[in-house]
This record gives sequence, structure tokens and C-alpha cells, in this order.
Amino acid sequence: MRVGLFIPCYVDQLYPQVGIATLHLLEKYGCEVDYPADQTCCGQPMANSGFEHLTQGCNDLFIKNFSDYDYIVCPSGSCTLHIKEHLHGSHGEGDADPATSVRKKIYELVEFLTDVLKVESIEASFPHKVGLHQSCHGQRGLKLAQMTELVAPPFSKPEKLLKMVKGIELIDLTRKDECCGFGGTFCVAEEAVSVKMGKDRVADHVHHGAEYITGADMSCLMHLEGILRRQKSSIRVKHIAEILDSKG
Amino acid sequence: MSKQDHAALADAFNKDEPRVDWHDKTLWFVREKRDKAVFKVPEWEWLRETASQIKNNVLSNLSEYLMQFEDQATRNGIIVHWAADAKEHNEIVYGLLKKHGVDKMVKSKSMLTEECHLNEFLAEQGIDVVDTDLGERVVQLAGEPPSHIVLPCIHKKKEEIGEIFHEHLGTPAGNADPQFLTHAARLHLREKFLTRKAALTGVNFAVAETGEFVVCTNEGNADMGAHLADIHIACMGIEKLIPLRKHLGVFLRLLTRSATGQPITTYSSHFRRPRPGQEMHIVLVDNGRSVQLGKKDFRNSLKCIRCAACFNTCPVYRRSGGHSYHTAVAGPIGSILSPNLDMKKYADLPFASTLCGSCSNVCPVKIDIHDQLYKWRQVIVQEGYAPVAKKMAMKTMNWVLSNPSVYHTAGKAGRWFMLNAPFTVNNGLNPWWKGRDMPEVPKESFGQWYKRNRK
Repeated sequence: MRVGLFIPCYVDQLYPQVGIATLHLLEKYGCEVDYPADQTCCGQPMANSGFEHLTQGCNDLFIKNFSDYDYIVCPSGSCTLHIKEHLHGSHGEGDADPATSVRKKIYELVEFLTDVLKVESIEASFPHKVGLHQSCHGQRGLKLAQMTELVAPPFSKPEKLLKMVKGIELIDLTRKDECCGFGGTFCVAEEAVSVKMGKDRVADHVHHGAEYITGADMSCLMHLEGILRRQKSSIRVKHIAEILDSKG
Repeated sequence: MSKQDHAALADAFNKDEPRVDWHDKTLWFVREKRDKAVFKVPEWEWLRETASQIKNNVLSNLSEYLMQFEDQATRNGIIVHWAADAKEHNEIVYGLLKKHGVDKMVKSKSMLTEECHLNEFLAEQGIDVVDTDLGERVVQLAGEPPSHIVLPCIHKKKEEIGEIFHEHLGTPAGNADPQFLTHAARLHLREKFLTRKAALTGVNFAVAETGEFVVCTNEGNADMGAHLADIHIACMGIEKLIPLRKHLGVFLRLLTRSATGQPITTYSSHFRRPRPGQEMHIVLVDNGRSVQLGKKDFRNSLKCIRCAACFNTCPVYRRSGGHSYHTAVAGPIGSILSPNLDMKKYADLPFASTLCGSCSNVCPVKIDIHDQLYKWRQVIVQEGYAPVAKKMAMKTMNWVLSNPSVYHTAGKAGRWFMLNAPFTVNNGLNPWWKGRDMPEVPKESFGQWYKRNRK
């Protein structure tokens, strides 16, 4: 199984350890992983700001980099959702369009582990109290976990994986799936509300005794980390890949 | 009307953090009440789907249902009026009052009349309008617009309402006891109900099959007004139709569970024909709705039944307040309805969201609100309503991200990303830094690590 590893731009530049942990995990489960060197960004920052019409360059680059793999895996629900919903080729639609096949074979890391690799056990240890932040695009977009608004049976793919980690204690939250307020360019365009939302999310984790906040989207965690560090808090953030790859 | 955009108004609202906390918790409490109510209905998701399909059918056959409704209502003795826009609507209402020599009117909750700015218009014509919904009366006395379509004065603390009542209704200074204040309002409004010859109500549902309309209130104020007045004027947007009376069995179950967590409104009043001696009028208002109906991506926003569940669940609304949306219908639904009315004035609203998607999940008629917010952003930029600085920044960003060699410019300090991404630029002008620290910048990127370790 040939897997193309897509590491979002801000993870590449700011959180290389998340890319490394993702690569380790995929290799551990027997994937033949390749990281196309010319990759940059999924185009979401422009598209969510209303400039989707400018993103053809990003789209073409993405298609060129990733068309040849059996699967594309990305440690971000948000970037994955963007590719799934908005990647378009230069020459129309249809099955012949390489964008169509790319959209179908891209997976966020957690769902790739649970749904494709069908991971049932993990050799990792993380003896800490951990709060899981459900990032909205992964949860409501990719349906990584049941949404509290819907009258439907509960499930959670990230929780399922985290519970396989030795020593981990997952804490409950008062608001299980409230948005953290990152929201892409929202984080600077609506700075006041964005920061307030982040502070409230952090407070929920603090209240329930978290030592770490984890999640499947580093962008939300980066935002929460910025608030935690401003507060001189001892709570740290870790991407779920880092916990699943931790030796304890 | 304010010239500031949502971000600026939200910033001002956030200057008082304890108040933001109070506002957020108050509305989250309503969301939790909604959750408790809907989880008692095992067929909830089926009800939502059914309501959505009924409304889709209405939107696809709107002209037929409107004609059927007009025909039935006319047979029942109701006088039907058609208004193309807000101006015509206001003039029709004023014309009816003038004809009857009425200069005082009671009005129960109608977001349509807020949308049309009827109160201001009638005030200019010398007509005294008293809003009889308690929350609406509070904001009317305060000289403010409602901040929420179901809970108009949710932004006011009870102490503030006590002050308003002290000033306008003569209640004792410092008395903020809700029961006492409600009683004072009841006495004040009772006098209005008894002396007004005209009553205006909104419409929650109009039934094409029977020509009747249904008004939902918790206070009975629509009934008090309509039953005591010689002339009852009901104003409705043309999308309020449902085909059959039995469809109320779907919508009435959804409406208040979504809105407040109640199983049903205290009063769901059916008006079918005027009582002897009374005149009953219905004003059917378009005001941009048929334009919206013609927009493939946005037409299903007209399914909205105005429950405000999307307000209560919206993490942005809860922390920015209704007035930050500077429009009659605030919240996520207002952000997809308002740009249709005036794209330039409301160009900021589709951006007042993180696109978290909670709004679409609570919507009882399954409007894809967050997807429409995304689509409005594209339209607003394409129509030229994006700020120039943003346009330039986006073009640069796109150029870099489309060119790997530029993106990968060697060296940590020289990397384009580090010099430009908002969360890496460490200075006082950067809004990221105001409330958040920067991430620590690593020695090397993942790409550089990979090159050293795998290839």
C-alpha cells in the first residue's frame, strides 16, 4: 500500500514533530510512505476567506504531487476536509478528472488508522490526564465522532484510539464539542471573539484537570497553545499522532 | 445604524469579559434545554428530514401554494394584500390604519416588521406602536433593536430591565424581581390591549389548504391583541407557507423544542376567519425572497422557521451579542439571509463565523447554514466587496503556496512562511499576538527533517 504523506504547511513549518510521529505510525503499521517534497498547502486559507477562485495553482500542485498514490494521509481534519470538498482540476469534472480520485483517496490520520488500517491495538504509553479537543472540521465535516447536536448513537474514532494507549486517562469536558475559535483567518480577522472562544475552551480543560490537550488538528491546538502560554499555564498541547507514537 | 463591522462591534462587546461570560452561559443554557428536549424524541432526525422535505416542496411550488392560500383565505373572509418590498409593506399597513382613523396599535412579535423597519416608519407617520411581547417591549422602551429573534432582550440583565421599567413605567427604583417586573408589564400592557383598535401580529405558519394562519407565542399577547381589536393585520414573508394543516404536526413539534426546549408553545393560535364585525388582513411580503429563491446555492435558507436554535448554539453569537450583527435577524441564519438584502452593508456577516457547523446540525429544517456562509464569502469577494489589503495578501499568499521553490526558500529566518504567517510575526500590530503567544519556531521544517532522515 503506497501512501502519500500530506503534511499541512503550518505543521511542516512549525510542528515538524507531528509530521514525524505521523510518519512513524504509518510505517509501524506497514505502509510504504512517501513524502512528495514539492507540497505546500491545501489552499484552505484562501478559500475560506472567499478567494477559492485563486486556488487553482494550489489545486494543480496538489494533484500533481499526490495523484499516483493508493492513499493520501494527512494529520489534519480541516485540511483533509478542504481537499475532499473543494479540490478541483483545471479541466472540468467527472471520473476522468484526477481531482475526483484525489478527493476520494485522501484520509485524515485518525480515520485512516481506524477505518482503513483497522488498528485494534497500539503500543504506546502516555500516563497523563488528557483532554480531547474535537476539532470541528474533523468532527462535523469528516464525522470522526458523533456530534452532540444530533439525536444519534455516540462514537468517537479518536477516543477509540486514545483508549488503546497505556496509562492514559481521558478527562470529560463540560462542552464536549464546542469550537475553539481558531477558524483559519477568523483567528486574526475576529481576534476578540477568537481569543475569547479559545480561553473558554482552555478553561473547560483546566476545570477538569487536564495535563495535556490533544486533538487531530494542530491548528486548533496551536491557537489553544498560544493562549495557554500567555496564561503561563503548565498544560501542554500534543497532536494525537504524538500520543499514539509515544513511548511514555 | 452602526457603520462598524461585526469584528469591531464584537471587539467592543468583549471589553467587558464577565458580561460575555454571562451572555454565553445564558444562551448555552438554552442550547442545553434544547438538547434535553430533543433527546426525548427518538424520531427527532426523521422529523427534521420530513420538515426539510416539506419546505423544499413549498419552495419548489411557492407560486401555486401562494395562490391557493390567497384563494382559501379570501373565501374565509380575510383580505389579502401583496407587498413586493419593505416599503410597500409599510405603506399597506399605514394605509389600513389611516383608513380606519387609527393612530395607536398593539403589535405582537414579528421579525418581518423588524426587517421592514415598520415601527420607525409608523412613528414618522404619527402612529404609536406598542410591542406587546415582554422582551420586545423591554427593548422598545430601551430604544434598541432586538438582539435575538426569539429572546429579544436576552442581552439585558434583570437589573437593567428594572431600571428601564423604573424610568418608563414608574416601578420602584432598584427593584429587579422578575415576577414583580412581569406583573408591572402586564398591568401596563393590559391597558394598551383594552384601548387599541388595531392589532398587528406575525405569522409562524400559513396553511395553503385551509387559508388559516398560526401564530405561536408564550405570553398570549398575539391573542390578547387580535381578539380585542377591530382590525387584525397579520404580516408574513411569502416563505411561511405549509401545504397542509397536518404538516403542523411536524413543525409545531420542531419549533419550540429547537427554540427554547419547550415541547410546544404555550399558545399556538389558529386564525381562520374574522369574527363578526372584525376586519382581518394578511400582508404577503416578498422583500428579496423571490430573488433568494432564484439563487441555487442560497434558496433553501428560505426554509427557516425562525426558531433561533442556530443563535443559541453559535459560539460566535454567544460571545459577540446580537447587536454585533447590525441586522434584524442576527446569528448564523441572519448572516446568510442579510447579504441577499444588501450585500455591501452585510458583506462582513458571512465572515463572522468559524464554519464550525453546529448551526446546521441544530437547524430543525436542515438548512446547510455553514456551507452557505462559505459560499457567500466567495460571492462577496467575487462581487468586489473584499478589502483591498486582504485581496493583496491573498494574492501573495496564493502565489507563494503555488510555487514550492518560493515556499521553501532556504534557512529558518528566510522562510517565507515564518515572515508572513500571522501566528509567527511577533509584533504589536499582529492581532494573533494580542491575546496569544507565538509557537516556538523549530530548527528545521518537517520537509528538511525528511530529507535528512528518509531520502
